[in-house]
Amino acid sequence: MLVDIGNALIQVATPTMLLLCIAGVIGGMAVGATPGLSATVGLALLLPITFAMEPTTGLVLMGAFYMGAIYGGSFTAILVNTPGTPSSIATTFDGYPMTQQGRSEAAIVASTVGSVVGGVIGVIGLIVLAPLLAQVVLAFGPQEYFWMGVFGLTMIAGIAPSLIKGIAAGFLGLLISTIGISPVGGEVRFTFGITDMQGGVPLIVALIGLFTIPTIVDLVIAPESRSMEVEADGDRRKRGGEVRRTVRDILSRPVNLLRSSAIGTFVGILPGAGGSIANLIAYNEAKRTSKRRANFGKGEIDGVVAPEAANNAVVGGGMVPLLTLGIPGAPPDAVIYGVLLLHGLRPGPELFDEQGVLTFTFILAVGLSALLMAPIGLVAGRGLQRAVVRTPTYYLAPTIALLTAVGSYAVRNSPLDVVIMVLLGLAGYGLRKVGLPPAAIVLGVVLGPIIETGFAQGLLAATGDAHPWMSFFTRPLSLGIIVLVVLGLAWPLVTARKEKRQAEKELVS
Amino acid sequence: MILAGCAQQSDTGGAAAEDYPNKSIQYIIPFDPGGESDITARLQQGPLKDAFGESVAVSNRPGGGGAVGWSQLATEAKPDGYTLMGANLPHIVLQPLARDDAGYETEEIKWAYIFESTPNAFVVAKDSPYDTIEEFVAAAKKEKLTVGGSSSFSANHMGTLALNKEAGIDLTYVPFSGTSAATPALLGGQVDALMSYNTEALDLLDHGGKVLAVASDERLAELPDAPTFKEAGYDVTIGAWRGVAVPPDTPDEIVEKVADAFAKVNKDPEVRSKMEKLGFHIEDMGPEESAEFTADQQAEAKDLLERFDLLKK
Repeated sequence: MLVDIGNALIQVATPTMLLLCIAGVIGGMAVGATPGLSATVGLALLLPITFAMEPTTGLVLMGAFYMGAIYGGSFTAILVNTPGTPSSIATTFDGYPMTQQGRSEAAIVASTVGSVVGGVIGVIGLIVLAPLLAQVVLAFGPQEYFWMGVFGLTMIAGIAPSLIKGIAAGFLGLLISTIGISPVGGEVRFTFGITDMQGGVPLIVALIGLFTIPTIVDLVIAPESRSMEVEADGDRRKRGGEVRRTVRDILSRPVNLLRSSAIGTFVGILPGAGGSIANLIAYNEAKRTSKRRANFGKGEIDGVVAPEAANNAVVGGGMVPLLTLGIPGAPPDAVIYGVLLLHGLRPGPELFDEQGVLTFTFILAVGLSALLMAPIGLVAGRGLQRAVVRTPTYYLAPTIALLTAVGSYAVRNSPLDVVIMVLLGLAGYGLRKVGLPPAAIVLGVVLGPIIETGFAQGLLAATGDAHPWMSFFTRPLSLGIIVLVVLGLAWPLVTARKEKRQAEKELVS
Repeated sequence: MILAGCAQQSDTGGAAAEDYPNKSIQYIIPFDPGGESDITARLQQGPLKDAFGESVAVSNRPGGGGAVGWSQLATEAKPDGYTLMGANLPHIVLQPLARDDAGYETEEIKWAYIFESTPNAFVVAKDSPYDTIEEFVAAAKKEKLTVGGSSSFSANHMGTLALNKEAGIDLTYVPFSGTSAATPALLGGQVDALMSYNTEALDLLDHGGKVLAVASDERLAELPDAPTFKEAGYDVTIGAWRGVAVPPDTPDEIVEKVADAFAKVNKDPEVRSKMEKLGFHIEDMGPEESAEFTADQQAEAKDLLERFDLLKK
């Protein structure tokens, strides 16, 4: 294996490979930064180009593209409150407030540092732990996925100012996720007789609607708040040294980077979870353990670093089940799986033994691409940032509006999706006014299918037992996650009490 | 009279058929990018361009397990041969039978060509106590056993039902979101067996899986040691077939041209070798043969769904 890694290093260090990685990262960033075009869609478009290539070059290009796309999704999340891909949902929570404070350059730098470190750690996890981690995949059954989804729901407490309203918003999201053909059983639900509704509401369409439309409305009705933002940005730029200052600030808290990357790698390994969940969990954990908890949601830089480190770590993590078991860890991995098969490469132990050089060249190139995002991102990402900040609001708002329409159409080439996006957007704006946070709605849309599928499959798989539902409470791994759920529920209460006591103490003294 | 007849025919599309195609053709896949149907289409794209002499654009219109795309094909798309759509069996048979309103009827999907198939294969894990399909069936008569597969109302689901019927057993079918999504459930011991496809069975062999039976008429070249269900006395021959369809009113002359183009692509050695690497069996069924085959499948599926009370009410 070490000999193979050595040979792979020599292969990766050639100009051709370097150029491929750069091209892949740039292309991926462009697609990722376009709302509606996800990493998966971009990779599928790339597929015919790789047919004519050698297996190694084709795979390297795709790996670099995937890495770049996940990173690129953060740009629009930060600059216009629109996650470019579902992997950057949580990046909007603090990234956009930073933009509103004129700190978008720092946010872009934070996303870059997070993405690079996360991407590299994910790849290291893949190389070092692949065979070991593959066993984790198999230990996770439907019951565990169910509980993991429930654990995800406990995040509502963290992102909603009022628990009751947060729960209401989360359940609304769960309800939206039930539209269409049921994942287990195939029943048609809530389509109101419209055939196209059989496909349900895609996550990206919900994201664009719930996050972007309210942003556009805000821009239009209160343009003066934006001129303040532009002014603040100008002031900071005059001072200079933003990049160095931000990087040093982030690196002074390595725990956040490492924890978020580890979360991303682990969630990436679980097939069916992927970046859309990893970034939310990492954000929540960053918030929960941070000393600056109160600042989260108001432009906290660690709130940008955490989701971005996690989603790029998913890239390496997702390749663990792909390369060892032939199971795509995340949707984009399915396309890469297809490329492997087309070249007659069957994932499994022999991929590492017989095709070791090719496999490690691919893996190392993915790691190299993560590193390349630093120089490319600091130039391209900050260039985009400058362009957006300099664009006057009366151009910016209609441009974003056009992008939302094109983006939501592009997801499935469906005009109905544009209608759904606008309706959800207007509803989202109204609900935000009454205090139902759009983020909690999205959380429900993301987690609904995982919870429902896990629940139904768990019951079916345990039909042989006397009480099938007992299987949700008897599996050791399930019990472990149940403990996490309880902790997740108890944590906000504990911290609230602690803060109250602290306040009382201060009052007394 | 003859002249008049000719003139009349050209009005109804004869002329259009003659110089078809003279512009870019849309080839729509009603599934997500990156899936097996999508990858096949992107493989065919280049050679199709050569066969048609016009460019071919592949796009995706996913939703409802294909139903969103097929309802568009059946009711909205222009029948001029410039809109082609991937179509799959048994999906186009099962959805109208099981769903209250699938948005289309099986008969509205007009086949041009069926080009590939993946037969069902029945697999158990390495440490499973069962070494033959007979042993598995015998055990299923004594206790509740579970079988995982890809989605509800799919070839895997029908295969499990057919085995239940033929062997007189009551296996519980657990649907997963796709072929490879079911694999960890078998390797991790969540289900007792998988009713999967030959493609996934090959992967499972690498992980020590045992292929107890394949659901084809004869043994498969890539799995020579696996007996057919028929050898064990169970008449289970079910798999998935992929092809290309056109809107229902498309003139036959154009359908023939589409069929010829796909037949030509199927002979392309490069396409063949890639399809085989993906584990697909190459099929060559023209418009009529495909329609007859679909009608047979429909009759069988109706019988099976009725028996298990799964027909729409």
